[in-house]
Amino acid sequence: MDYHSPASFAEASALAANATGITRFLAGGTDVLVQLRSELVTPDTLIDIKKIEGVSDITKNADGSWTIGVAATGAEMSEHPELGGDWPGVVEAMDLIGSTQVQGRATLTGNLCNGSPAADSVPAMAAAGVTVTVTGPEGTREVAVEEIPTGPGKTSLSKGELVSAVHIPARGEDGGDAYLRFIPRTEMDIAVVGVGVNLRLDGDTVTEARVSLGAVAPTVLLVEDCAKAIIGSTLDDAALDALAAAASAACNPIDDKRGTIAFRTEVAGVLAKRAAKIAYARAKGEQA
Amino acid sequence: MALDDRKSEFTFVGTRPNRPDGLDKVTGRAKFGADMSAPGMLHGAILRSPHAHARIVKIDTSKAEAHKDVKAVVTRADFADVPFKPGLEGEFWNVLENVMAGEKALYDGHAVAAVAATSALAARDALKLIEVEYEVLPHVTDVDKAMASDAPVIREGAADYSVPEGMHPNVVRYHESGHGDVEAGFAEADLVIEDSFVTEATHQGYIEPHACLGMLGNDGKGELWCTTQGHWIAQKTCAALLGIETSQLRVTASEIGGGFGGKTTVFIEPVALALSRKANRPVKLVMTRSEVFRATGPTSSASMDIKIGMKKDGTISAAQGVFRLQGGAFPGAPGDMTAMCAFAPYNLTNVKQVGYDVMANRPKQAAYRAPGAPMGAFAVESVIDELCKKLDLDPVDVRLKNAAYEGTKASYGPRYERIGLVETLEAAKAHPHYSAPLKPGQGRGISCGFWFNHGGETSVSLSLSEDGSAQLMVGTPDIGGSRASMALMAAEVLGIPYENIRVTIADTATLGYNDVSHGSRVTYASGLATIKAANHAVEKLCERAAASWGIPTDAVKWENGCAVPSGPNAGDFDPRPLADITAHMGSTGGPISGHFEATPEGAGVSFGTHIVDAEVDPETGKTAITRYTVVQDAGKAIHPTYVEGQYQGGAAQGIGWALNEEYIYGEDGRLQNSIFLDYRIPVASDLPMIDTVIVEVPNPGHPFGVRGVGETGIVPPLAAIANAVSHAAGVRMRQLPMSPPRILAALKDNG
Amino acid sequence: MSKFHVSTTVNGDSVEYLCDPRETLLDCLRDKLNLTGAKEGCGTGDCGACSVSVDGRLVCSCLMLGVEADGKQIETVEGIADGDVLHPLQQKFIEHAALQCGICTPGILVAAKSLLEKNPNPTEEETRYWLAGNLCRCTGYDKIIRAVMETAEELREAS
Repeated sequence: MDYHSPASFAEASALAANATGITRFLAGGTDVLVQLRSELVTPDTLIDIKKIEGVSDITKNADGSWTIGVAATGAEMSEHPELGGDWPGVVEAMDLIGSTQVQGRATLTGNLCNGSPAADSVPAMAAAGVTVTVTGPEGTREVAVEEIPTGPGKTSLSKGELVSAVHIPARGEDGGDAYLRFIPRTEMDIAVVGVGVNLRLDGDTVTEARVSLGAVAPTVLLVEDCAKAIIGSTLDDAALDALAAAASAACNPIDDKRGTIAFRTEVAGVLAKRAAKIAYARAKGEQA
Repeated sequence: MALDDRKSEFTFVGTRPNRPDGLDKVTGRAKFGADMSAPGMLHGAILRSPHAHARIVKIDTSKAEAHKDVKAVVTRADFADVPFKPGLEGEFWNVLENVMAGEKALYDGHAVAAVAATSALAARDALKLIEVEYEVLPHVTDVDKAMASDAPVIREGAADYSVPEGMHPNVVRYHESGHGDVEAGFAEADLVIEDSFVTEATHQGYIEPHACLGMLGNDGKGELWCTTQGHWIAQKTCAALLGIETSQLRVTASEIGGGFGGKTTVFIEPVALALSRKANRPVKLVMTRSEVFRATGPTSSASMDIKIGMKKDGTISAAQGVFRLQGGAFPGAPGDMTAMCAFAPYNLTNVKQVGYDVMANRPKQAAYRAPGAPMGAFAVESVIDELCKKLDLDPVDVRLKNAAYEGTKASYGPRYERIGLVETLEAAKAHPHYSAPLKPGQGRGISCGFWFNHGGETSVSLSLSEDGSAQLMVGTPDIGGSRASMALMAAEVLGIPYENIRVTIADTATLGYNDVSHGSRVTYASGLATIKAANHAVEKLCERAAASWGIPTDAVKWENGCAVPSGPNAGDFDPRPLADITAHMGSTGGPISGHFEATPEGAGVSFGTHIVDAEVDPETGKTAITRYTVVQDAGKAIHPTYVEGQYQGGAAQGIGWALNEEYIYGEDGRLQNSIFLDYRIPVASDLPMIDTVIVEVPNPGHPFGVRGVGETGIVPPLAAIANAVSHAAGVRMRQLPMSPPRILAALKDNG
Repeated sequence: MSKFHVSTTVNGDSVEYLCDPRETLLDCLRDKLNLTGAKEGCGTGDCGACSVSVDGRLVCSCLMLGVEADGKQIETVEGIADGDVLHPLQQKFIEHAALQCGICTPGILVAAKSLLEKNPNPTEEETRYWLAGNLCRCTGYDKIIRAVMETAEELREAS
């Protein structure tokens, strides 16, 4: 295995473009090292992007949007004095991944590019409308988060491409987001179901909504029917029931060691309701 | 030892000093299995079968052998020719077959070859150069399916004499016991409940993977360092599997990072020695976590049918159980233990139990804390709970009404000596937990549990130093603070400060054979031997004092760490403290030591009663344990803090077993969850504080009244939690683990 | 396959080693520097027995490559005591019997020290969640949590 630590994304991209065999980028390494140690994936070329300047920065831009460096860790996101105020759902989703120790290393970008259908931060990012900058041999492009994973362990990134920044939109007024996942224990598990909800209110009425599901299909799902179920409502019981039904209907899960089809389908609806209530309360400026 | 010389007033015993090895273990200094190195050391790695059941047609090791970093490759041919015998008579053969596959790979993860190379990475890489040709065979991993007539046969001829005619060859041992007439008893009952229960296999989950460092020369002399619960069994077994003399192999036990029964046999140790013999260099072997799950000993999985009859007043009129345990591809599943323990808490007129030991394509089961007992208790105590509910009886009162006591004929045969079940039930009933109000969505469960406890071969030496300090050598690895207990007992006898005693876990060359640290036997048996070895030294101290005073030895007694005249008639001499006698021992007859060895038989059975509150989320089926109380009889708690620790640890493991831990096999017979991410043991945020009540009903078989406390604590939790969850969810849970998908499905089925 | 030369600081000492890029920081600490206090319980970041701090951040040393340690400040269990004076957490763990077998203890001590540095007054729930990545199979965590919280209380009183 060759190990490189380039000083720029262009250099990283060039290394990857010219490499043969399996190439992996190393940010926090909490997936790459597990796969390496268990000999699931032994890269021929490993490109550590942490020596690139600014990759750990968390920046609030003038328009209120956020740029998150690709090596900024979950712990750094949680500790940031303002980020969690704007996007509590995204920060909490990231924070749910692994242990305190894993939080010291794991990144949004790694969680996204690992391509796991159960990645916790991805539904939260999709609901929040997060985009990423992809740097490749042909230059850079902006891609919506939900366009990155294409199946378990697979992404839409082509040879030589890597994510070079994460962009979270400006929170704006009267908005709130939330992410909930189901795991059998209280910590340390992979999501059996994950639900991200991001909405905006006008008074008591939901005017905008994005609802995203994780671990219930080969990739993260951004479910328009879920959004429709609550837009225009005050999140009354009927709207919540419609939301749950739409979430369950969108599921296309598998039976595996972590959960059954029936369980995932049912619980997706349960969590969608609970997450929507939290997002709603946050949009109203209430504690949740 | 008779009751009347049992000590009941103590100076040191019952106090809570710091453990002697505390500093080593909080500074990283303690040497565990993987922490040892040797000059010229090689690193080993083991190639394992990816198939659940396959004939090994051919193994080609030539490419691996040709690699420059590889110094040895071994397969089954590099081990001794151990004779095959049916059942457990052939245990050496069974262990060898498990350590390195012969003609067939019998489970996913079964070792088929091993290499030693100059680095751990090189060894891992070299495994890929070994070519194995397999002929895949049909497999079975489920206990009921393994007993069915169409099940693939794991091994012909493995069944022993106990198995009735006509059973499938995968049934290898059979047990039946009981007394009275169960049919007559059922006829007397006001209510009979018959129900079936299933438990999945779980793993002990010790955090330290198996690790060893072996050196064996062509002269048949060897050294082995390993993490083990018993280095003498490792010595004996490795010697047999390698065809060398037992005494020529010296085994030193490392500090042990948890065992719970899983480190009572060998897995990698003979392989390291075989590699070392071939390479003529020391070889270190360390398992990965995945290897631990795939190829060491989990528990049995179980399928059980229970029938219990009860009268309206709560009297159990008859009880019957059938317990089918799957123990992997080898004989040894403790169907007999499950059967014998299941009804042991109760004084029953009519009881019958049957146990089956069944083979399947899974790793060879190993002991796990009261092996076999928790599953049976789950089934039996669930049915008792259901009977209490239907007859509107208090579950503690019903258990008190039926509880065994001194003189009761146990369900498995003998009459009990003094036991403490009633005392644990009374303490549970009086505990504030039992009467505390429950919140909506919560349920409370209780259960009793029983374990035999064990004595076992034991040898202990104690030697005194000139300055009056003492060295105590015991042969039972210290898994959870036993050095402290040993030092307390020795201090009690010698009358010198606890801190002046250094306790060492001696190697196999230093003491006679010591049985494994299992069966809750360490504080009982090594403790008993420590007391007697200390007494032996005291006798010699008294002899020296007597000689110095010119009076007969029997005119001297030992009191508060001093030799004193036994009475006014013996003479008027100043007490001679221990250090005063040892200071002159070189010139008064030489070194003073004490020694004791025996196979003590009075371990004293142990009972516990647990109370647990559980809260179930009706929308997701997720369970939270909100309160937990363990009540257990310790006989006499030598170091109460470590007794509490055993209770808490047993309860926590039981919580894991009840709620989320399980071996999950795919259709292909391969283990699906061989890492801690998916084999879900409880984490800190899953558990509440675990309250403990130490009941002390002295064991007549121990000088200080000790009963082992290590194992009983895992027997009641499965049932107690199942009862709590069933009450909280409003639906009876009959399968473990009660994972959220199972609970949610049960809730849906229940409407 | 060429090896990398790494210069780093462990418990205040400057150290160097050569490593294969596939070797983890844990491998390097244990096999090259003979610092065997950090343990490998899982190799997948699930048990926390290999916990160390890197530039003040708690991590699993099995989830970091040895080559990534170049230029970092690493603290292991061997560096917790101040010479022959145990850290209050170490002392409290012994007094409370917060360890049985002791294999998880080094990782738990490193993690607990990190908690108390960030949060001198943690609740029981915060303590349990902070330590959720440190598996202990012996104790049921009861005595561990008590030891950490009592140490926190004593440190607060002392300061």
